[in-house]
Amino acid sequence: MKLYELTIHKAHDLLKKREISSLELVQSVIDRIYAVEKKVDAYITIASDAAILHAKSADKAISSGNITPLTGIPLSIKDLICTKNLRTTCASGILDNFVPPYNATVITKLKQAGAVIIGKVNMDEFAMGSSTENSGIKPTRNPWNLEYIPGGSSGGSAASVAADMCLGSLGSDTGGSIRQPASHCGVVGMKPTYGRVSRFGLVAFASSLDQIGPLSKDVLDCAILMNIISGFDKKDSTSVPKAVPDYSAIPSEGLKGITVGIPKEFNETKGLDPEVSEAVNNAIKVIEDQGAKCVDVSLPHTKYAVAAYYVIASSEASSNLARYDGVKYGFRDKDKNNLMEMYKSTRSKGFGFEVKRRILIGTYCLSAGYYDAYYGKASQVRTLIVEDFNKVFDVCDVIISPTAPTSAFKIGEKIDDPLTMYLSDIFTLSANLAGIPGISVPCGFSSNGLPMGLQIMGKHFDEEKLFNLAYNFEQATDFHKKKPKL
Amino acid sequence: MKITKDEVFYVADLARLELDEASTEKLSEQIGDILEYIDILSHADTREVKPTSHAIFLTNAFREDSETEESDVDTVLLANAPEKEETHFVVPKIIE
Repeated sequence: MKLYELTIHKAHDLLKKREISSLELVQSVIDRIYAVEKKVDAYITIASDAAILHAKSADKAISSGNITPLTGIPLSIKDLICTKNLRTTCASGILDNFVPPYNATVITKLKQAGAVIIGKVNMDEFAMGSSTENSGIKPTRNPWNLEYIPGGSSGGSAASVAADMCLGSLGSDTGGSIRQPASHCGVVGMKPTYGRVSRFGLVAFASSLDQIGPLSKDVLDCAILMNIISGFDKKDSTSVPKAVPDYSAIPSEGLKGITVGIPKEFNETKGLDPEVSEAVNNAIKVIEDQGAKCVDVSLPHTKYAVAAYYVIASSEASSNLARYDGVKYGFRDKDKNNLMEMYKSTRSKGFGFEVKRRILIGTYCLSAGYYDAYYGKASQVRTLIVEDFNKVFDVCDVIISPTAPTSAFKIGEKIDDPLTMYLSDIFTLSANLAGIPGISVPCGFSSNGLPMGLQIMGKHFDEEKLFNLAYNFEQATDFHKKKPKL
Repeated sequence: MKITKDEVFYVADLARLELDEASTEKLSEQIGDILEYIDILSHADTREVKPTSHAIFLTNAFREDSETEESDVDTVLLANAPEKEETHFVVPKIIE
C-alpha cells in the first residue's frame, strides 16, 4: 500500500488504529512530492522539515489519545493564504519575499485540528486566471497529461491532490478557481457559501466574491475539511454567525425526495464541448436512478454573468491591489528616489501582465464618468442574477451543470486571448455573484483521457444537500478511483 | 469601442502603473475587446433594479474599540519592510 495514495478518511482510520504513524504518512507524501514535482510543478514552497516536526507532534498527540479527523494529515495550501513564518507569494513578484507574521484563521483551525502543512502550492498570480499559466513563478501541469493546463487559479492545489502530492488542499474561488481546476484534474472541490468560511488572512482579490474552500480526493474528505474550516470568525466582518452542521454525516440511502434543477441556458452555451454535455447527461441518469427528480429550470440572465463578473471582479481588484506600493512589505524598486516614481516602478515591475490588465480594466470601470455605466450597471445585473437563483430554488433543491464547458486545454493555447479564457468560467462564476455554494465532482473522461466535472449548486448555507448529491453520485460511479499515471 | 492608447496611459497613471509602447498597444486592443464584450450589459433591463454589492445580507459587524493583542513593532510590524529605521518605515523623499 502506498500511503500517499490514501484519502484523508482512510489515513485517519489507519492512524487511529495505530497501523501507520503520521511520520510515515508525511514522509511518504514528501517522497512522492520529490519524485513527481519536476513533472507537475505544483509547489512553490515545500516545507518538509517543519512538516516532519509537526508529524512527530501529531504522533505524540495520537498516542495520548488526542485525535481529530485531521490529526497528522498532510495538506497543501494555495499560496495566497497566510501561513505564519512560511513564505506566501501569491505567485507574484510583488510578494516574492513576503513572510506573513500571522496565520489565516483557516490555518489556525487546521493547526488546532493537528493537520500538517506540507507546503504552499502554485496559482495564477493573485488568483487571476483559469489555467495557472499566469503564475509569476512557473506554470503547473495537469497530472493527467503534462502538456495540458491543470485549470486555475487553484491549479497547484488541484494538481497536488490529483498527483497524490498531499492528501487534501485549500484553495480559493472568486469565479470558479476551486471548482474549475478540480474538474480539470479529476478531484473534488467546493466553493462554500459566502460568509461560511473565514477569509481573515486570505490575500484579497475581489472581496465580494472571494471564498476559501477545500479540494480533495473524494466527497467525504471534502466534507471533513469543511467541518474544520467553517464557522464564524470575529476577525472577518463578512463572516456569518451560523452554526456548522456535521457535513461528514452524509446520508447514503439514495436521493429520493430531492429535486434537481437543470438550467436550459447551460445547454445553449456556445463553446460547450459535446463530450462534456454527454458526461453531464449520463450523470443526470445516474442521479435519476437514485430517486432524484430532475426538472428543467431557467436562469435567463446567465448571458450577462461573465460581463458583470469581469466588471465587478476587476473593479474590486484594482482597489484591493492599490495596497502594493512598496512601502510596508513586499517588493520595492530601490533605484527610485522620488516617491511617485517608486510607486509606479515597484508596481510595474512587481505585477505580471494579466494582473496589470485587470487593474487597468477595474480602474477604467471605476473612473470618473464611467462608474454608472460599468460598476453601477454590473451591480444591478448582479441583482437580476441573484433573483434568477432565488426563483429557481423555489422549485428545486439544487442545480446541476457542467463545471467547465470543456476539459483542460493545452498549455499556451489561450494565453494570448484573455476573453476566451474568461469565458471558460461561464458555469462557475454565477455562484460567486450570488454567494451560493457549489461543488465539482468527477463525472467522466474525455476521449483524450482528461477528467470532466459535474457542478452542483445550492441555496445559501445548504452545503449539506450538495454533499448528499455529490456523495451519492460518487458512490454510484468510479471516476474518483482512477489515478493519473506519472 | 476601442480604447485609445492615450486612455490606456491615463488609466495606467491613475493606477500608478507605467507601460512601455508595446504593452500599451497590446493592452489597448485587448481591453478594447473586453470592454466591447462587456457592452452586452447595456441590453439588460435594469430599470428599478437595486444594485447588489454583497450577496449575503449582513449588517455592520461592530466591536468594542479596545486593545486585543499587542504586536511587536520590530519583529512583526516592520519585519517585511523594504526599508526601515528604528520603528519607522522609510520612503523616498516626498517634498522636493
